[in-house]
Amino acid sequence: MKEIVRVASGQGFWGDSLEAPRQQVEGGAVDYLMLDYLAEVTMSILQKQKERDASLGYARDFVGAMDSVLTAVAERGVKVIANAGGVNPPACAAAIRKLAESRSVSSKIRIAVVTGDDLLGRLGQLIAGGHVLANMETGEPLDAIRGDVLSANAYIGSTPIVEGLTRGANVVITGRSTDTALTMAPLRYEFGWGASDWDRLAAGIVAGHILECGAQSSGGNCLYDWRSIPDLANVGYPIADAKADGTFVITKHPNTGGRVSVPSVTEQLVYEMGDPHEYITPDVIADFTSIRLRETGENRVEVFGITGRPPTDKLKVSIAYRAGFKAVGTLVYSWPDALEKAELADRVLRERMDRLGLRFDQILTEYVGASATHGVLVQRVGGQHRDHPEVQLRVGVRGGDRNAIERFTREIAPLVLNGPPSVTGFAGGRPKVEEIVAYWPALIDKNVVSTSVEIV
Amino acid sequence: MKIRLLAIAHARSGDKGDTANVGLIALRPEWFPLIQREVTLERVRDHFEGMITGAVERFELPNLNALNFLLHGALDGGGTLSLKTDAQGKVFSTALLRMSLDIPDNEAVALAVKTGENGT
Repeated sequence: MKEIVRVASGQGFWGDSLEAPRQQVEGGAVDYLMLDYLAEVTMSILQKQKERDASLGYARDFVGAMDSVLTAVAERGVKVIANAGGVNPPACAAAIRKLAESRSVSSKIRIAVVTGDDLLGRLGQLIAGGHVLANMETGEPLDAIRGDVLSANAYIGSTPIVEGLTRGANVVITGRSTDTALTMAPLRYEFGWGASDWDRLAAGIVAGHILECGAQSSGGNCLYDWRSIPDLANVGYPIADAKADGTFVITKHPNTGGRVSVPSVTEQLVYEMGDPHEYITPDVIADFTSIRLRETGENRVEVFGITGRPPTDKLKVSIAYRAGFKAVGTLVYSWPDALEKAELADRVLRERMDRLGLRFDQILTEYVGASATHGVLVQRVGGQHRDHPEVQLRVGVRGGDRNAIERFTREIAPLVLNGPPSVTGFAGGRPKVEEIVAYWPALIDKNVVSTSVEIV
Repeated sequence: MKIRLLAIAHARSGDKGDTANVGLIALRPEWFPLIQREVTLERVRDHFEGMITGAVERFELPNLNALNFLLHGALDGGGTLSLKTDAQGKVFSTALLRMSLDIPDNEAVALAVKTGENGT
C-alpha cells in the first residue's frame, strides 16, 4: 500500500481550462487525475446529441484531454477517473480506445466503463411502480411534466469506480456520478477502506469537495487577500496528498501560481453547501462541522478530524426537462444620467410589448453597473451614486410562447433610433431565443438502481 | 462603532436550485465570536429583504470560523430558468459583506478591528 496517494484535479466543470489536465500530470508526480465534466443540465445536451447520432452523447473534450495526458497514463502509471461518459459511456470508451490505438499505446490502456445511472428508458416503469420522483424543491410529481423530460440519471457513488480500479483499469469512465466520488473512489481503492469506514469515506468526500471545482480552492475566485495572490495566469490546480488514516494535505505543484491557504480552502469548503452537519452522498454522510484545517507549509493545508455516518437509502436523480423559452437583450446608455435613460428605455420597451399583447411568465430588468448584482440592497446601504459613466440595460423574458419571446428579440434594436439618447453597445446583433432546459432534482430508492462495470 | 462585515470577514456564495448559499468566514479566528454573536438570522433576513423571496436558514461551523446562510427564492428560479445576471448566486457573498454592524468601541479596540482593513 502506498503511504501517500496523490489525486490531482484537472477539470472543475465542462468548459474549464483545456490546459489543466496536461499541466497536472507534467507539473510533478501524481497518481490519479480527476476530471469532472457534468454540470446539472449537461446530460440533456448530450442526450440531444445521442438522439441525432447514436455514437455520441459523451463529453467530447475528454478525448482531447486524454490525448494531452496519454503518455503519463501509458508510461508513468497515472490513472484517470472521469464522468465524461455522459449518457453514452460505452461510446466514450470506444473513442478513447481509438485514440490509444492511433497513438500506439492501446495495450497499455485498460478502460472501465460504469453504466446503470441512466434511468430515462425506465421512467414509465418506475413511476408505475410507485416511484413518484417528486421535485425536491416543489414536491410536484414528475408525472406532471413527463412529456417534457429529456434525460434522467441517478448520481452513482464510489463503489463501481472502485470495482473498475480493482479489475485493473487505469481509465475509469462513468456517466452521472457524484463529483466527490471521483476523488474518494481512488482513495478507497488504494487504502482498502471498507463500505462502513464512515470517517475515512467522509474524509475522501471532503477531499473531493475541495478538488471538484478545480482552481477554486487553490487561489481562483478567492476573495481573501486576492490582490496578493501570485500569477493567476499560471494558477496551479489543487492536489490532495492523502493517507490511509483519512487525513490529507491540499497542495499544488511547485512553480505554479495561485495560493493554497486556510482561507482559500475554507472558501471552497463553504461553497454550494447546505446543512453542514449533513453533507449527503450515496456512500456516506459527512459532517463538515468536524473538518479541521492547519497550514503546514507554503501552499500546504492539512485537513483532518473528519467524521461521517451511514448514508440514506436513496440516490439523488438529476432530471432535465423542457421548460419554455427565454431571451436576454442589452443596450448601453452613457453619461450623463445613464441610469435614468436606461430606466426610461425599460419603460418604453415594456409599454410597447404590452401594446403588442405579448405575454410572458417573467420579465426581468437589471441595470448592470448600477444594481444588477446587489439589487435593492445597494440603495438601502447607501451605496448608490447616480453619476455612472455608463449603465447596461439588461432585459430578460421567459415563457412558454416562443413567438412572444421571438418578438421581444426584435424590440431591442429599434430603441437605438426611437428611444432615449446616448445609447450604444448593440453591435452583437439580435438576441437569440433559447430553449430552456431546466433541472428537476429528485430522489429514488437505491435498490432500484444497479450499476455495472465493464472492462473494454 | 459602525463597521461593515467586509472589514472582518470574507465569503463565497453558490447555488442549489433557487437557493443561494453564502459562507461567511472570519478574516481572523479571533473575530469569529463577534461574527457568531452579531450576524444573526434576523439581521441577515432584514439585510436581504426585497432581494430574496423565501426564507433564510443559518448554520454555524466554529471549526472553520464560519457561518453558512441559505437564502431561498433568491435566484429567479435558478440555473437555466433564471434571467438574472447572477443566476448562480456567485455574488451574494459580497452582498452579505455590505452588511453593517454596530459594535462597542472597547470591543473594536480590543480586537484591533479597524475600518480600512481589507480595503473597506
